[in-house]
Amino acid sequence: MNAVLEAAGVHVSIGQTTLIDGIDLRIDDGEMVAIVGPNGAGKSTLLRLLSADLRASHGVVRLKDQDIHAYAPHALALRRAMLSQHVSVSFPFTVEEIVRMGRGSQAVAAAQPLIDAAIDEVGLNDFRHRELPTLSGGEQQRAHFARVLVQLACGEAVQGPGVLLLDEPTSSLDLKHQIALVEIARRRARRGTAVVAVLHDLNLAVRFADRIIVLRHGAIAAEGTPAETITSEVIRQVFEIDVAVERSSDGSPFLLPQAMRQILGE
Amino acid sequence: MSGTDVKVNAFVRTIGRVRRPPAPVVLCGLLLALLLTVLLAATVGAAGIPLARLPAALGLVASEPGQAMASRDQLILWSIRIPRIAVAAMIGGLLGASGAIMQGLFRNPLADPALVGVSSGGALAAAGAIVISDSRFATHLQFLQPWLLPLAAFAGSLATTMLLYRISSRSGRTSIAIFLLAGIAIAAIANAGIGLLVFIADDRQLRDITFWLLGSLSGATWSKAATLTPVLGLSLAAMVFVHRGLDVLILGESEAFHSGVDVERLKRICIVLVSAMTGAAVSVCGVVGFVGIVVPHLLRLVIGPGHRLLLPASVGLGAVLLVGADTLARTIVSPAEMPIGILTAAVGAPVFLLILLRQRGLVGL
Repeated sequence: MNAVLEAAGVHVSIGQTTLIDGIDLRIDDGEMVAIVGPNGAGKSTLLRLLSADLRASHGVVRLKDQDIHAYAPHALALRRAMLSQHVSVSFPFTVEEIVRMGRGSQAVAAAQPLIDAAIDEVGLNDFRHRELPTLSGGEQQRAHFARVLVQLACGEAVQGPGVLLLDEPTSSLDLKHQIALVEIARRRARRGTAVVAVLHDLNLAVRFADRIIVLRHGAIAAEGTPAETITSEVIRQVFEIDVAVERSSDGSPFLLPQAMRQILGE
Repeated sequence: MSGTDVKVNAFVRTIGRVRRPPAPVVLCGLLLALLLTVLLAATVGAAGIPLARLPAALGLVASEPGQAMASRDQLILWSIRIPRIAVAAMIGGLLGASGAIMQGLFRNPLADPALVGVSSGGALAAAGAIVISDSRFATHLQFLQPWLLPLAAFAGSLATTMLLYRISSRSGRTSIAIFLLAGIAIAAIANAGIGLLVFIADDRQLRDITFWLLGSLSGATWSKAATLTPVLGLSLAAMVFVHRGLDVLILGESEAFHSGVDVERLKRICIVLVSAMTGAAVSVCGVVGFVGIVVPHLLRLVIGPGHRLLLPASVGLGAVLLVGADTLARTIVSPAEMPIGILTAAVGAPVFLLILLRQRGLVGL
């Protein structure tokens, strides 16, 4: 395994407020990593650091052994793709036009198979000629995911396996499409893409990730496999809530908040 | 899958389906519309030139000997009407495309250089240049004389656009409400400045400044057409480099950066471009409003918001609209002339209101 993305001693402060407090991490190619934590823990800030959207006050983020800010924007876009949490579009682009934006400077004809494949993969074939503002929030999120997949595919065709960063990619999706998104990300990881996602749903994070990073107050509170990190002690310490950690038939943990157990009468 | 399911799925696929006409059809259609409008503009006016006499007046065929009308037609056509049509077409193109670029830059279909004070900023600087050009200081700047007004209008437009961007953008997001309100405030400040210049100007300066306030094409000459040509040429060339960036910028500055766009460079180019196009138009014909809002809006309804086609098509439709509006302005109350700004506002203001009503939810007003 090779490290594709590394953060070394990164701090982010705005005024007197510290958002990220000395984080070190390493993401390998083909790895699926979930970043979880309570509101305000610094999850999205960390992802913005890893995407070069934000500069660290101290410390350095390296992408493929090079300072991430040393890349020109177009060179960076060939090596990492990022899906933001909210993208609002005030002009009536169709789904296909939005997805096509992911091709960067690649010619439309060359990118068209990738565009068709991405639209098909997120299940928007019937909506490809619909204007984005006429679609539901979940459908819009899937369209943007397809755009990011096209960017990733175009970049990987030139530069080899890259990095896919996802900021709460399932926030508007129903259960079926949440699982579908995880499966799509897993397929990319099998081809060598490093996938990092900020997730709120811990049960989804367990299904999603090879490794989970638990953030609290801008620092790493726990890190490891789902079985190592998703324990009742860690959840109580970080989320300040009592949970029961059950085991599913395949041995992976899943959470049931104690309050929910009482309602269910267990 | 049953036959009913197939029919239902086929129906679902057609709901809300958008069809865009091919780019060559759009551009050829606009070119044809421009040719017809130019033909109309060349033949009608205070001194009409019937279509039958047009080839002779243009010098395409030899006029019959002894026809005094032919030389009169030629004089009107080549000295007055054709330069005016050329200037109107170029200004319409510049204003239409500058509106489209500004709307892409601000991610806001309500952006128009005249509406948010960019034209007023240019006009203030141009009016200032008129007053200063008579001062002792200006005698050192004689060599700049032909370019003084365009340069001043460009500088005024540039300063206004930059100020507007600085005020209304925060962390890569533009507040539509703050953008419009800041634009109104900037326009008010610029208009107050113009008022002050009118107050201190002498009679000759006053006449020149009033020309800007009216927004008229009556002063169009070949030299003014020559001033506009390089600006339009450079703008058309620059569109090739900004259209993809503007598309992605619609998703927000962060998304554009993630997609590989050098956002800061794109913003700088667009601000300079909008200022040069608006400044050039203002320096020739004053403040003509709403062209920049009506043209891209109408085009988006037909061809969609993609800037690759929207920008050149805005030049085409802007040219058609302004040549048409100018023809109307000089014939509707002939032999007098109606200021063209009144006509563009009469058409543009309702379109602006229509967009505002459709966007009410987004604007949050």
